[in-house]
Amino acid sequence: MRQPAAYRVSHLDALEAESVFVIREVVAELERPVLLFSGGKDSIVMLRLAEKAFTPARIPFPVMHVDTGHNFAEVLDYRDQRVAEMGLHLVVASVPEALESGLVQESADGMRNRIQTPVLLDAVEKYRFDALFGGARRDEEKARAKERVFSFRDDFGQWDPKNQRPELWSLYNGRHHPGESIRIFPLSNWTELDVWHYIAREKLSLPSIYYAHEREVIERDGMLYAVNEFISPRGTETPFPAQVRYRTVGDASCTAAVRSDADTVEKVIEEVAATRITERGATRGDDRVSEAAMEDRKREGYF
Amino acid sequence: MTATAIPTEARSMDLLRFATAGSVDDGKSTLIGRLLYDTKSLFTDQLEAVEAVSQARGDEYTNLALLTDGLRAEREQGITIDVAYRYFATPRRKFIIADTPGHTQYTRNMVTGASTADLALILVDARKGLVEQSRRHAFLCSLLRVPHLVLCVNKMDLVDWSQDVFERIADEFTAFAAKLEAPDLTVVPISALRGDNIVSRSENTPWYEGPSLLHHLEHVHIASDRNLVDVRFPVQYVIRPQSTTVTDYRGYAGQVASGVLKPGDEVMVLPSGFTSRIVAIETADGPVEEAFPPMSVTVRLTDEIDISRGDLICRPTNAPAVAQDIEAMICWMDETRPLRVGAKYAIKHTTRSARAVIRGLRYRLDVNSLHRDESATELNLNEIGRVRLRTTVPLLADEYRRNRTTGGFIVIDEMTNRTVGAGMIVETG
Ligand SMILES: Nc1nc2c(ncn2[C@@H]2O[C@H](COP(=O)(O)OP(=O)(O)O)[C@@H](O)[C@H]2O)c(=O)[nH]1
Repeated sequence: MRQPAAYRVSHLDALEAESVFVIREVVAELERPVLLFSGGKDSIVMLRLAEKAFTPARIPFPVMHVDTGHNFAEVLDYRDQRVAEMGLHLVVASVPEALESGLVQESADGMRNRIQTPVLLDAVEKYRFDALFGGARRDEEKARAKERVFSFRDDFGQWDPKNQRPELWSLYNGRHHPGESIRIFPLSNWTELDVWHYIAREKLSLPSIYYAHEREVIERDGMLYAVNEFISPRGTETPFPAQVRYRTVGDASCTAAVRSDADTVEKVIEEVAATRITERGATRGDDRVSEAAMEDRKREGYF
Repeated sequence: MTATAIPTEARSMDLLRFATAGSVDDGKSTLIGRLLYDTKSLFTDQLEAVEAVSQARGDEYTNLALLTDGLRAEREQGITIDVAYRYFATPRRKFIIADTPGHTQYTRNMVTGASTADLALILVDARKGLVEQSRRHAFLCSLLRVPHLVLCVNKMDLVDWSQDVFERIADEFTAFAAKLEAPDLTVVPISALRGDNIVSRSENTPWYEGPSLLHHLEHVHIASDRNLVDVRFPVQYVIRPQSTTVTDYRGYAGQVASGVLKPGDEVMVLPSGFTSRIVAIETADGPVEEAFPPMSVTVRLTDEIDISRGDLICRPTNAPAVAQDIEAMICWMDETRPLRVGAKYAIKHTTRSARAVIRGLRYRLDVNSLHRDESATELNLNEIGRVRLRTTVPLLADEYRRNRTTGGFIVIDEMTNRTVGAGMIVETG
């Protein structure tokens, strides 16, 4: 048995308790929740919290992956393995299929961030999901600092900054009309470092690309991109081997790696604690377009 | 400048949530930027972005206020003015800042930010001293029962670090706070711009014997703010696995609102009034010997009694009121329609939902003068008043002053589903 020390609660315990509360609240009050599970570290932590919220029962909702078709093989393997282990039901919202059916068209720059939004919304409509758990954190980006834990979306899946509900105490309002939905961010108050401390504490396994490994990369706009089926050298770019790891795992065609020797969770924590550049600034080619990039995408229904 | 490193050892850290309030230009954004900067919670790309904007605007120095997207910037860009949350940590504590804009129109935001705060930080400009808004901020903190209050007298560099100026403001505020029953109050002379008395004590204020702001934030004792006396466990969700390996399992999941629960304790379940005994308190990491706030746990009882979401587990000798007639202070948050006597709303209180009709408005409070207007017939956006309401099902409620979890509720418009009000229970009948 765990012994309480003078009713102390560490910050990780407090964050965990809050997230578990949020997840239970959604299951109690909303009809058809689904958890967005990409195989990325934040969604892995979120899945762990969902598991904790309902033990010894199973997680009472399915998980969904919005598959851009630009995947890291390690991450896809991890996803499938985890889903099988936990006996979860996985819904895949596939961008390649949506391209084929004509629901969306490839954007000029080949990036699939924008076109994944209609694919997500299409799946939400098809399965009539009214609550979507996402792993976004408020510390990630300036536009997220005001995001609610329960974020209201209209019947087009759009986020209207003027129509968000005040959140007082731990009283979340998930009421909505048919067709509308709520995005729920149980990790709102977690930082990147909290997530890593939690991964260490819970001994969570992660896709191997989160840890340092050697890879053929090219340097583009000051960032390191793996050479793979989606990214090949242009012009004067020459591939070279480098010791790298990924801080975020997004679309493989625009997620950059960072130089790192951190091959264990402890070393990653040290590195994150000392790092002087934000996760998104370091690794997301898609956010660098403009300061307002994220804000625009959110309005359209992006996570 | 001694800077504090970000911790790599998380086990010994705890969590403090604080809200910030100040009038426009008192230096709130600068102060928050300073706290983030001095605790190394800023990243080079964030800093570079701010430097670029500063340069583009022709600022002489990097404007730390830009880091937090100050109120002015938001107005210029036409962004909704809203509570923003920021994060920083020192080796002792993780901090969550609810950054609330200060204008009178934004009472809604201040109330929202203060509702979860352990501490509120109010800024004044040393040259101006207390203004109407400082009193309003202090009043809202006391209304929301924020346990700790810090008054930062900012821009001390512009009053020659004058002890006299500081003490006059401190005395005036202390006298005002005493009337509000404001709890623990600390007053710190600072310069947010230059960093004096932020991380370490400043040589410019040798007469000041108190702690630096950050030292106070790191050390203020918050563990005893929790109510560990009154056992209140609102049932959030009933766990009943549909499985062949786990059979006959029935657990009541929830977050402890207050008090300490132990296996073997005799408990009462409301509203039914049935009594039973706790068999076990479980978490995903195994059983625990005690559960206390803010733990999320699953409680199992000896008896098979009918318990569902919205019920509450307490002790037979110490129970909340089971009440349908409620007197509460309500802060109205809806810009489209005022609260009116006779109107019906949905209520969310702990994990319980009800409908309520507004029976009466005793008075509307002027948040600046604290004058009570008994002739008021409605509450508009950002107005606060004492309201009588009757609910369709009983609430399991305590006075808000005794219990912030079982004493608070939100009011929801049944047509729009928007959260339109925040209520703090004063009396149950
Ligand atoms: N001299 C001096 N100026 C300050 C201090 N703190 C803030 N300021 C200035 O006061 C102005 C308003 O500050 P800002 O942080 O934007 O105020 P806010 O509206 O409360 O967020 C800016 O020009 C700041 O540089 C201080 O301690 N000393």
